[in-house]
Amino acid sequence: MAYSEKVLDHYENPRNVGVIDEDNNVGTGMVGAPACGDVMKLQIKVSDNGIIEDAKFKTYGCGSAIASSSLVTEWVKGKTLDEAAEIKNTHIAEELALPPVKIHCSVLAEDAIAAAITNYKEKNQ
Amino acid sequence: MSNVKLPIYLDYSATTPMDERVAEKMCEYLTIEGQFGNPASRSHEFGWKAEAAVELARKQVADLINADPREIIWTSGATESNNLAIKGAAHFYKKKGNHLITVKTEHKAVLDTTRQLEREGFEVTYLEPEDTGLIDLEKLKAAIRDDTILISVMHVNNEIGVIQDIATIGELCREKGIIFHVDAAQSAGKVKIDLSELKVDLMSFSGHKVYGPKGIGVLYVQRKPRIRLEAQMHGGGHERGLRSGTLATHQIVGMGEACRIAKEEMATENERIRMLRDRLYNGLNDMEEVYLNGDMEQRIAGNLNISFNFVEGESLIMALRDLAVSSGSACTSASLEPSYVLRALGRNDELAHSSIRFSLGRYTTIEEVDYTIELVKKAVTKLRELSPLWDMYKAGVDINSVEWVAH
Repeated sequence: MAYSEKVLDHYENPRNVGVIDEDNNVGTGMVGAPACGDVMKLQIKVSDNGIIEDAKFKTYGCGSAIASSSLVTEWVKGKTLDEAAEIKNTHIAEELALPPVKIHCSVLAEDAIAAAITNYKEKNQ
Repeated sequence: MSNVKLPIYLDYSATTPMDERVAEKMCEYLTIEGQFGNPASRSHEFGWKAEAAVELARKQVADLINADPREIIWTSGATESNNLAIKGAAHFYKKKGNHLITVKTEHKAVLDTTRQLEREGFEVTYLEPEDTGLIDLEKLKAAIRDDTILISVMHVNNEIGVIQDIATIGELCREKGIIFHVDAAQSAGKVKIDLSELKVDLMSFSGHKVYGPKGIGVLYVQRKPRIRLEAQMHGGGHERGLRSGTLATHQIVGMGEACRIAKEEMATENERIRMLRDRLYNGLNDMEEVYLNGDMEQRIAGNLNISFNFVEGESLIMALRDLAVSSGSACTSASLEPSYVLRALGRNDELAHSSIRFSLGRYTTIEEVDYTIELVKKAVTKLRELSPLWDMYKAGVDINSVEWVAH
């Protein structure tokens, strides 16, 4: 399969790989399943004024899944939770020029954002 | 390390490059300067010379497997041989019975053929192999019915390289009066095959897996006891009416020469390849969570199929762009399905997804193997650092106990 330049770039040089220590201002989302071939873990650190100031990821999955999650960590940084929730899989797929069989990777990345936000909100009700 | 030419070819089970000696021989049978005649032309020298070349090749193939040249039928490849053997026998002997037995880990050329026979009304039992990839003879015995007419078992599995005990299965079939077909596409030239001893009635071979050309294969059809088949291809009555169509002299000459070389060099070649394969395995196996797929002892020298736990197969293949290897995960073919062969061995989805088949061959060098070890280790380490599953494993979390949200 031919990968787009952007997928290759994120795959070769993934941004924001890592783990943020759990705390009340951290939201963690883990989506996917090993049996399906991809699992994404996305963490966001939210500042007191509601801005995502840091994001980290770890992904088990194909190159497109790794690229989708790497891209998402870049995009959510500096956004409010509401703004981050507006990132849709179509934006990710378009940016990375994902082929139809890899659209599910972008869907998973969107789910990961939602899961991280939900987790943060649950902690801070 | 720097003098290794990239990419490194480690996919000899998919196909082999033609041996130079084979290519040279083939060129003699193509142009006006060479022996381009139709082997079926009986009225002139062009035909006679082509026919002589075809018959020499037939003998070379027969010699490799200790068969009678009259038992060799030329086909277009192992897929056609499997089709001709299984459909041909089932159709010819359908008055005797309606039931066939094969194995879940067979090549699609067998499984798709038996599926077609099921659509025609035949009944087929698909045996589950043991977790070594080998079949349990007791389970095979138990699957035999009074109306079983054919059993088809591959000699060597294309993905995991395990060698089935076709000698014992053959005895069982002969005793029960059941036709025994063996797909030997992956074993010819790698495992000794002596058809004067083996109780095999039909055996399929491929040219391009033995450093011969693509587009040519052989079906061995035993003479004593004689096995009858219904032809799939009708026409000029070539190959004793079993496979019509003008013989492709150059392809046939190529397969013959390839078999001649295999017979001569097989023993020393296997030893060298086994040494390289073991070096590769030992080099990779000192990493954590590496699993060998299939039995290690009953396995051809050139095959190594291993799973790297907590690493996804397609991303690994992507990291190994300098290697030509196969992934047990069919993700790359867009179906997102893990290997049905590994699933049949009872491997879970994750391990099936993360498997890589390395197949070594005639031109593999020790430098290539060492380069491969370094590259794979680097890639697996990098991908594990990216993997949340690896973190969980390291933290002592049982991944099977997690409730995953499947999508």
